[in-house]
Amino acid sequence: MLRTPRHVLTGGLALLFLFPLVWASVASVSPQAGTRQIHGWGFGNYTTLAHYQAGIGQYLLNSAVVSVMTVLFTLVVSLLGGYAFATFAFPGKNILFLVTLAILMVPYATLLIPLYVLLNQLGLQNSLIGLSLVLTMFQLPFATFLMRISFEAVPKDLAESAQVDGCGSFRTLRHILVPAVKPGLITVGLFAFLAAWNDFITPLVLISDSAKLPLPLAVANMRQQVMGIVDYGATEAGVVVLALPCIVLFLALQRHYVRGFMSGALKG
Amino acid sequence: MTALQSRAEVATLSRVRRRRPSHQGWAYAAPTAVFVVIFFVIPIGIVARMAVSDWGLFAGYRGINAPENFSDVLDDRLFWPAVGFTVKYTLVTTVILLALALGLALLVQESTRWTGFLRTSFLVPSALGLASASLLFYALYSPQSSPFGAVSFLGTPGSALWSTVALIVWRYAGFYMLLLLVGLQGIPGDVYEAARLDGAGRFQTFWHVTVPLIRSSLALCTILCVTGSLLAFDQFFILTKGGPDNSTITIVQLIYNMAFQGQNNLGRAAALSILVLLALLVLNIAQFRGLRGKEES
Repeated sequence: MLRTPRHVLTGGLALLFLFPLVWASVASVSPQAGTRQIHGWGFGNYTTLAHYQAGIGQYLLNSAVVSVMTVLFTLVVSLLGGYAFATFAFPGKNILFLVTLAILMVPYATLLIPLYVLLNQLGLQNSLIGLSLVLTMFQLPFATFLMRISFEAVPKDLAESAQVDGCGSFRTLRHILVPAVKPGLITVGLFAFLAAWNDFITPLVLISDSAKLPLPLAVANMRQQVMGIVDYGATEAGVVVLALPCIVLFLALQRHYVRGFMSGALKG
Repeated sequence: MTALQSRAEVATLSRVRRRRPSHQGWAYAAPTAVFVVIFFVIPIGIVARMAVSDWGLFAGYRGINAPENFSDVLDDRLFWPAVGFTVKYTLVTTVILLALALGLALLVQESTRWTGFLRTSFLVPSALGLASASLLFYALYSPQSSPFGAVSFLGTPGSALWSTVALIVWRYAGFYMLLLLVGLQGIPGDVYEAARLDGAGRFQTFWHVTVPLIRSSLALCTILCVTGSLLAFDQFFILTKGGPDNSTITIVQLIYNMAFQGQNNLGRAAALSILVLLALLVLNIAQFRGLRGKEES
């Protein structure tokens, strides 16, 4: 008896959450004054986007390069680090682990001001590599923590039997342990990608060359074009381009996303 | 002979093993250590030095400026309004967001196909970046493109605050729902059974059984939400640019403005960000203590 009204209520709530996304996708192709798409439906707003300054291709490429590098750095560093923290005893282990987690406690803004100066000194100012390195550092607390608990969850006998069979620790890691911690790696990679693709304040501070901007900054800057008149159609198109890869990845890897959070959250 | 040999082997093996850990442990931890030292420990050192120096954005170090940086921050005419606004925004966001997230978590805690659909719908916005979500709402709120017509969403200080809170609630409700769901699913079914047998009503069960049992999840959400809101930047930078009349400037925006817009004063910005860091540390330790203390009693 109560089923149907409840379905209506919860369904309405779900629609409320989906509405902005649906609206943005529809509005980006619908006719609207003050945009390139004035009459009829079509992809005029995407054309505006494609021709904005360096072109959307360049900004997409910048974002893709930064995201891929960040994912790679994060995976490599946290895989090795998680292995070290989970299986070895070495002096300074606990301090290093705590300092890594302490990154979470420090506001981005506090770190970005000195990083701006530091990257200048390292010759990495205004570069996508410098940006990726900084974004990787921001990912390390979560990634290292998750990889550590992933390695700790692997049965000890598995690694030990491999070592008795004469595998060195690196071969054990590569052939035995990496397959065992794959779910953790997928979660870490997904989170690193989403964070790098979407980050705003880090490139805002670190990148000043407009041809090197990642997509979120480029779309945000695009609004201040043409004598202060905002092209909302192009903004909507930009949001769709920004959101699409994230939503597709999220839907494809939803289980990992949810599980990754649950294991991280439970013990955090 | 063979026994001897194998014993010798075992001895070497265990010696190798005993020696190996410290060595190899460091080798595997080295990349982490390099990253943490270069991009975290050294910058903390630099920011501490900047905070007591006269340090221009382009000019660099120009001598000590020890207490002045801090007193200039406190005398900045936007400092106290920014503190007040940030705290107000944090309180409003945390209360609304956690209440709604808890409601959603209770709605979808059984797993059926329908609740699976609901969970996904609530979670999809959290896949978007905060900047993308802010740009989306920027278009959604603008009188020229808004489907709601000429309603003024960002025109007054009050409406700008509530419109931003709506954006944040939309973006994060599913995320906090997920964290609370973890807590809810950790409650064994017989606890509810026992409450029902004792004649507890729905509300009583919720208040006296559910809430205490998900306290650690609630605590985690509170800490994350408070910290995140105190450091709000993207949403205001994109939606309101601090306006109208500087009424929605947050602390992090003030840091950004001091460093990179107009003043170009890294020393002063560093001083303010050190103050923020200290405030957050104190607050988090207090929250941790408070929430843990409650759990023990």
